[in-house]
Amino acid sequence: MGSSMDTEKSAENEMKLEFDSRSCNEGFARVAVSAFMTQLNPTLEEVADVKTALSEAVTNAIIHGYEGRVEKIVIRCRIVEQTILVEVEDHGVGIADVAKAMEPLFTTKEDCERAGMGFSFMEAFMDTVQVDSAPGKGTRVTMTKKILHTENRYER
Amino acid sequence: MEDFKVSGSSLTIHLPAEVDHHNAEELKNTADRLMQENNVRCIIFDFEKTVFMDSSGIGMIMGRYKNLRFMGGVVMAVRVNERMRRILTMSGIYKVMDIYEDIPFELK
Repeated sequence: MGSSMDTEKSAENEMKLEFDSRSCNEGFARVAVSAFMTQLNPTLEEVADVKTALSEAVTNAIIHGYEGRVEKIVIRCRIVEQTILVEVEDHGVGIADVAKAMEPLFTTKEDCERAGMGFSFMEAFMDTVQVDSAPGKGTRVTMTKKILHTENRYER
Repeated sequence: MEDFKVSGSSLTIHLPAEVDHHNAEELKNTADRLMQENNVRCIIFDFEKTVFMDSSGIGMIMGRYKNLRFMGGVVMAVRVNERMRRILTMSGIYKVMDIYEDIPFELK
């Protein structure tokens, strides 16, 4: 706990990941983000929460954003103090009515057996969920979660 | 194919470690084919190996339930850990299916 370490410890840490919108990359994205957040020393449940929320956002980008076309999805993660911020961005079709899309059980793809619970899961497992979207421009989902486990904080 | 087991009119699906959008599609296709071929009336989703499932998995289970319901069939989940129970409960799907921490009877 030397004072020379203080600036290091309060520094932010960031990563950015870009990958094809193929469903086989969903597992890869979950593993990458959970590996990145281990520096916060989260509980297994906290990791599972973030993985589930991330999986919902990435699946949305693949199914709804790009409607199956193979293009790029970008994930940005930032750690500030004990909070992890996860951003999932696509440049797909976008959402005309975000409030409607976030209603539980609402889905535009019922025939594909979508449960309509993606955003509900994100909201249940993260502290905050913000959706910025415009038709034809794409969608950016920004989620944050404070990792409460405070022992053995990230030290380099 | 050993992940799917048909016994009489029961189909047991041993789910993989992670059930997401990627593999829910494959599970769905195989399950539907076996349901048609074997006149299935009961589907048991075995979560023994499963540590991760998102809403795509819920959609897959819900879809199989809807297909079976018209024929008076049932769907159940067995060997569900705490995390999976939470996912199943949150989704509301527990209202239409029985959830067991263990296998309630010999299924093999």
